[in-house]
Amino acid sequence: MRTTTSAASRETASMRIMVAIKRVIDYAVKIRVKPDKSGVETSNVKMSMNPFCEIALEEALRIKESGRASEVVAVSVGPAQCVDTLRTGLAMGADRAIHVEFPGTLYPLSIAKILKALVDAEKPGLLLLGKQAIDDDCNQTGQMIAGLLKWPQGTFASKVVLDEENKVATVDREVDGGLETLCLDLPAVITTDLRLNQPRYASLPNIMKAKSKVIKKLTPQDLNIEIRSDLEVVQVTDPPKRKAGVILSSVDELIDKLKNEARVL
Amino acid sequence: MASTPVRNKSFSTVNSDDIIYFKKILGEKGVVEEEEKLDDANTDWLRKYKGSSKLMLQPRSTQEVSQILHYCNSRCLAVVPQGGNTGLVGGSIPVFDEVIINLRSMNNILSFDKVSGILVCEAGCILENLISFLDNEGFIMPLDLGAKGSCQIGGNVSTNAGGLRLIRYGSLHGSVLGLEAVLANGTVLDMLGTLRKDNTGYDLKHLFIGSEGSLGIVTKVSILTPPKLSSVNLAFLACKDYTSCQKLLSAAKTKLGEILSAFEFLDINAMDLVLKHLDGLRDPLPSSKHNFYILIETTGSTESHDKEKLEAFLLQSIESGLLTDGVLAQDINQASAFWRIREGIPEALMKAGAVYKYDLSLPPEKMYDLVEEMRGCLGAEANVVAYGHLGDGNLHLNISTRQYDDSILTKIEPFVYEWTSKHRGSISAEHGLGLMKANKIHYSKSLETVQLMADIKKLLDPNGILNPYKVLPTSVLPQRGEEEPKKEA
Repeated sequence: MRTTTSAASRETASMRIMVAIKRVIDYAVKIRVKPDKSGVETSNVKMSMNPFCEIALEEALRIKESGRASEVVAVSVGPAQCVDTLRTGLAMGADRAIHVEFPGTLYPLSIAKILKALVDAEKPGLLLLGKQAIDDDCNQTGQMIAGLLKWPQGTFASKVVLDEENKVATVDREVDGGLETLCLDLPAVITTDLRLNQPRYASLPNIMKAKSKVIKKLTPQDLNIEIRSDLEVVQVTDPPKRKAGVILSSVDELIDKLKNEARVL
Repeated sequence: MASTPVRNKSFSTVNSDDIIYFKKILGEKGVVEEEEKLDDANTDWLRKYKGSSKLMLQPRSTQEVSQILHYCNSRCLAVVPQGGNTGLVGGSIPVFDEVIINLRSMNNILSFDKVSGILVCEAGCILENLISFLDNEGFIMPLDLGAKGSCQIGGNVSTNAGGLRLIRYGSLHGSVLGLEAVLANGTVLDMLGTLRKDNTGYDLKHLFIGSEGSLGIVTKVSILTPPKLSSVNLAFLACKDYTSCQKLLSAAKTKLGEILSAFEFLDINAMDLVLKHLDGLRDPLPSSKHNFYILIETTGSTESHDKEKLEAFLLQSIESGLLTDGVLAQDINQASAFWRIREGIPEALMKAGAVYKYDLSLPPEKMYDLVEEMRGCLGAEANVVAYGHLGDGNLHLNISTRQYDDSILTKIEPFVYEWTSKHRGSISAEHGLGLMKANKIHYSKSLETVQLMADIKKLLDPNGILNPYKVLPTSVLPQRGEEEPKKEA
């Protein structure tokens, strides 16, 4: 059913996009496992915004710049330093930010629950996330929050097109067999994949503007969420070193090794 | 091409007995006679110079280097010490049939002290490999340059390479604590100290640093490496004119002070060239065309402190009109992309055709005047591209044309050298003299100084077999030869 143009533009103009971003060890850093195998070395290591979260934020900004949204809110859950990542988000162009401070370990389900509380309060028309974080590679948060909210989800998005009235999002998904196109009724959850866009750099004028933008501080208690750890990390180790290859001198030798050593023939 | 030398007749030619001897010392693998491999070793990175050596030797130890040199000296066979062959003045390849002594097989790291940061390694270690090794230990090399994937530390030391971080870590004369070198007659000079302070006698290692292989072959290096600091920030900025660039440099030195680790500039011609010829790069400031681009890097130990300091400085610079625009890298990937633009200019110039390359130290206020004069002089005939280590007063002036053309060359030389000399600049800030500027030293050094250099050369290499025809002018060195050189394309 078509609404009148003015009502439609009012609706378009008032859509809010929420983007969840995560602070992770910079993608280019060589990861070192701590000697006690309890985790990886994070002290004195460069931290940055998760690359997929950056892509999600970039997409939100582009949607806003095309006139389809009025506000982009960046949110992050984690220790005090998350503020740095949110500042980057604000410098890219997000309008305001929310930091839910929690110093301990957080798993996707806890994040999803917190995001649900934020979505209930902020009522965005679209929730964008990176498909996964490069530190744990879980690829769960987007799917979990969609379940909790009972919202449709378009994961591994390589293209997102909103219709004129912001009622439907057409999402191309990168799947094993190629591309799958879904139409989602809004509000919806979309998680972003690598080829969706190339994020902008933080320009100095925008960094300047970002200084006056608000970062709201909350705790999980403020949202009535209890962080429970259902998982316990027992040990973190380096992958086993690859053994050097062996150069064989004949096909007979190859067959012999495949039969007797590798036992695949 | 610049004045072509004449082959020194006192040098012998390699014969089969020589090959037998070398194979005995180095083994079959250490003696290279295949044309394809020699082709590469005979040609410089710019593809501007080509020698006609028929033999390349690859020693694996200082002992082998010593034996080879002793033999070559006794036979009066000229040699060219070679590392990564990334030099830009034709210093690392033969002019005629000099024997190439390539140090690539001497690539071991000998020791590293985690407390002092002192690294001892063989001269054939590739710079990038040293950087990786040190990265694991929490340290970095005090120098960094675009050629790091191929250049060897022995070559870096022999050419006193400068690079992107000289402004922060100083020159190799400061960071090299010791070295081991082999003289022309095979004598091994062990000056491989690992001491920060050692005032016992004349500090001879400084003779070898920057002598471009003409006084001895560097075989081992001991170098002081700075700790790797976690907070690195990089800004890509735009200025409307050269005066703003200079003022920005002064402001950066005062306001950023101890955290400033690089200050590079490139002009709009350089930017356009890079974006045109290299894949996968995008303009960080696409909204408008800018005349000058500046890269400022800071390195420190506290992220929040450094970022705050840098942002405050940059915002102030915009407000005062020194900058017209800029972006700040938010992660290492973005920083690499910015560096790729600056470091990719030489490659882009190569792809664009022929390039006349000049590496000059000039008073900062005067630097760009030369670029503009050159542009005025050449007009549409050539693309005059300028970039460089503005923080060190080092201009890389490059004149890009479709093909090499002597009529263009006559408009450039000796004008560039005379202009530089008039302003008491250096005609080679960091690239060295090599073959290209072998007869040009008088533009930057006095007669007496050059004469003493010649005396030292004669003392250390009486037969003149080490990298002949390079560095010092033929007028101060004995030349006994009338054989005509092969014509180069």
